[in-house]
Amino acid sequence: MTMADTIRTKLEAALAPARLEVIDESHKHAGHAGAQPGGESHFHVTVVSAAFAGLNRVARHRLVNTTLAAELAGSVHALALETRLPEEDQARRT
Amino acid sequence: MSDNPVFARIRQDITENPVVLYMKGTPIFPQCGFSSTVVQILSRVGVKFKGIDILTDPSLREGIKSFSDWPTIPQLYVQGEFVGGCDIVREMFESGELQTLLSEKGLVAA
Repeated sequence: MTMADTIRTKLEAALAPARLEVIDESHKHAGHAGAQPGGESHFHVTVVSAAFAGLNRVARHRLVNTTLAAELAGSVHALALETRLPEEDQARRT
Repeated sequence: MSDNPVFARIRQDITENPVVLYMKGTPIFPQCGFSSTVVQILSRVGVKFKGIDILTDPSLREGIKSFSDWPTIPQLYVQGEFVGGCDIVREMFESGELQTLLSEKGLVAA
């Protein structure tokens, strides 16, 4: 299982996202600090979930960070995050 | 946790300076793209801030993560309050919330 799959699986289980995008951007950071051979260090994640209702941005990110704590403590060096409610996501896409 | 000696230093920094950015490298020479992005945004907004390079101090590098309960760098504090990391600062800049927050606090001209 790739790191992207692990991230996807954990977020699906924890947040039941209406939409979830996990993009491995490690190639963009090759050679930078924190990059590693084989990649899987830098990810861009978009999570659209009703679980974010009533939470501000910091709390939403904390929820995702907690879900992925093991990965962030391991080889995941950077996680670019977009966290939206389904209605916010809808507004953005129309 | 509160007896971590580095916490006292962090508390002092974020109390004495209205805007503090914990970052990799310095505002003049950021060592990481995410830190660099936040430096550029703060410069665009025109707010004075203190950049603290966590790369020069391993205890601060780990300490700030547990102090803020936030696993990544950069981290922005405004008047002692944690605002967020790179993505949050960028979203707030794009929506104008960052400018509003800083002008409400009298840190930039409205």
